[in-house]
Amino acid sequence: MSRPRTLFEKIWRRHLVAAETEGLPATLYVDLHLVHEVTSPQAFTELAERELPVRRPDLTLATMDHSTPTDPSIDTAKLRVLDPEGSAQLDRLLANCERHGIPLYAMGDERRGIVHVIGPELGATQPGMTVVCGDSHTSTHGAVGALAFGIGTSEVGHVLATQCLLQHRPKTYEVRVDGRLQEGVVAKDIILAVIARLGIGGGTGHVFEYTGEAIRALDMEGRMTVCNMSIEGGARAGLIAPDDVTFAYLEGRPMAPAGYDWEAAVDDWRSLPTDDGAAYDRTTTLDGSALEPMVTYGTNPGMAIPIAGAVPEDDAIEPEKRASFRKALDYMALEPGQQLQGKPIDVVFVGSCTNSRYSDLVAAANVLRGRKVADGLRVLIVPGSDAVKRQAERDGLAQVFVDAGAEWREAGCSMCLAMNGDQLAPGQYAVSTSNRNFEGRQGAGGRTFLASPLTAAASAITGRVTDVREVLS
Amino acid sequence: MSRSFTRFTGSMAPLPIQNVDTDQIIPASYLKVTDRSGLASGLFSRWRYRDGDPEGEPISDFVLNRAEHADARILLAGDNFGCGSSREHAPWALVGYGFRAVISTSFADIFRSNALKNGLLVVPVTEDGSASLFEAVAADPATEVTIDLEAQTLSLPGGGETSFEVDPFARRCLLDGTDQLGYLLNQAPAIQTFEAAHPARLDTRSG
Ligand code: SF4
Repeated sequence: MSRPRTLFEKIWRRHLVAAETEGLPATLYVDLHLVHEVTSPQAFTELAERELPVRRPDLTLATMDHSTPTDPSIDTAKLRVLDPEGSAQLDRLLANCERHGIPLYAMGDERRGIVHVIGPELGATQPGMTVVCGDSHTSTHGAVGALAFGIGTSEVGHVLATQCLLQHRPKTYEVRVDGRLQEGVVAKDIILAVIARLGIGGGTGHVFEYTGEAIRALDMEGRMTVCNMSIEGGARAGLIAPDDVTFAYLEGRPMAPAGYDWEAAVDDWRSLPTDDGAAYDRTTTLDGSALEPMVTYGTNPGMAIPIAGAVPEDDAIEPEKRASFRKALDYMALEPGQQLQGKPIDVVFVGSCTNSRYSDLVAAANVLRGRKVADGLRVLIVPGSDAVKRQAERDGLAQVFVDAGAEWREAGCSMCLAMNGDQLAPGQYAVSTSNRNFEGRQGAGGRTFLASPLTAAASAITGRVTDVREVLS
Repeated sequence: MSRSFTRFTGSMAPLPIQNVDTDQIIPASYLKVTDRSGLASGLFSRWRYRDGDPEGEPISDFVLNRAEHADARILLAGDNFGCGSSREHAPWALVGYGFRAVISTSFADIFRSNALKNGLLVVPVTEDGSASLFEAVAADPATEVTIDLEAQTLSLPGGGETSFEVDPFARRCLLDGTDQLGYLLNQAPAIQTFEAAHPARLDTRSG
């Protein structure tokens, strides 16, 4: 018998075209390459200049998500006028995909959506695969037990041309979350608590593997939320071992194996989980039953507190970090020791590859059903994909949002990075279900409180940062 | 697009902030470009100009606007530099501005990889090393250091030098101009063998 191995190690070994040697990185094969409009044009240019073909268009999938409008009245023609630059970038993706025979879900396509929402939704991302994309939240796909990570544009070119990447083997980091979550505490709270604990550089050089009862108990979409924000903890990838929940989620999806191939695939996938006795380079454990709804107060995702807590005092911050801490509070116009609960807000954003899937919308709708959003508050609900949008419209969720006074939008990245015109005005506060509260991320001068869809929906009702448990009780 | 890099001497622009994310290095509004050029004016634009607008008024106390650091070609930054988004526009903007190297106690993984592919050297130093460099620049903004990639050393302001770690392959590529894509393309036979032994379980064109 071979020695016990981790899930990461098993996937890594399966994809070695050439192993790492002293001085040379490994050559790692890529099973699925996801592409979007923002980080690909320069890579295609590089191929054109060198007259190279795309090696495996059949393992490549492109979508438009980052700069697409979410206002249903804006079509391709209008976009040309409103946003000529963004439009030109979308046209470029279209031309590049046509030239190389890469399937592309362009505006108007029913399969279009945020790249990290559609991958699992279509069954394209599968256990044991290597998945890459010129996008740091590619870590999302680790929820199905795939080794998935973001790459730069030069590397996008490498994968287009060779289907391979030059990589050094990262270390492994087990993040164990034991126990059962309390009412009102969800996947987003787990990952915000993990990042608050480890720090935003805590996972640098590592791949997280999330284990423990609280992780096992999550549905697939909750697992995606957790893996999505691995990069916010500094880890390029986050993994969760595939299990029956994973297989039930994937079965029957358009790109998942079918028939006899399905049986064979599941047999194989069952061999992937980390063996008993396998060693991680590092391990940390959190008590899931002690977690509370989390909210960020600062300008990086590690600056998070339980919603009933207060912004730390200066002396709780290490001296060398105090200047950055103060800079963040200045930007947020908050004081040390201040409570966030009850803080008036201007906008609520439910969306992004972290929290825009069907179950996220169900969670938000359950809080908003039969209630109204606060006067003067802007509430955007942006589904992660066209498929999620259609399902929510069929099932009446969309109507719940509209009745409550929220804006129901087209699928896309939207206010997560504010490239498409959906953005905060300077000085505005938002409770957002996205993944980054960096300065200006949601619009220049905008201030972001990251939280779960439950917290976002509760805050939408009151117009203030609100503990969902108070609204529900 | 590797640029060769062997040895560089210059002064430093101090940015004593931790966790500088790539959204600050180059905001998303600059990501609509389809080439690599023209990003220098967007570099740190939200910290550099009033309302983040390069046409607008420069914020006088931001390091890149201070006359004494106008010629600096080395960025001396706080811990965990380049975290967040994978955008390679971040090193493109830094290189476009004229930076040749970034010194910090640590770098985010994707930023490090992107920087080294664009001839921007990332130089990790210890906390003490970092503190002494910040002190030296505060005392004399013209303080120069020499980064020697061949020897993997950083000369220290008070005399002496310290060695630094760099990925050996990236170092080799920077020193002799090896093109990483070319290196991968040369592995075509091994890639073909791998593909023959591992038939794909997916066809994205079937969706
Ligand atoms: S939703 Fe936000 S984080 Fe996710 S891919 Fe889009 S821009 Fe990136």
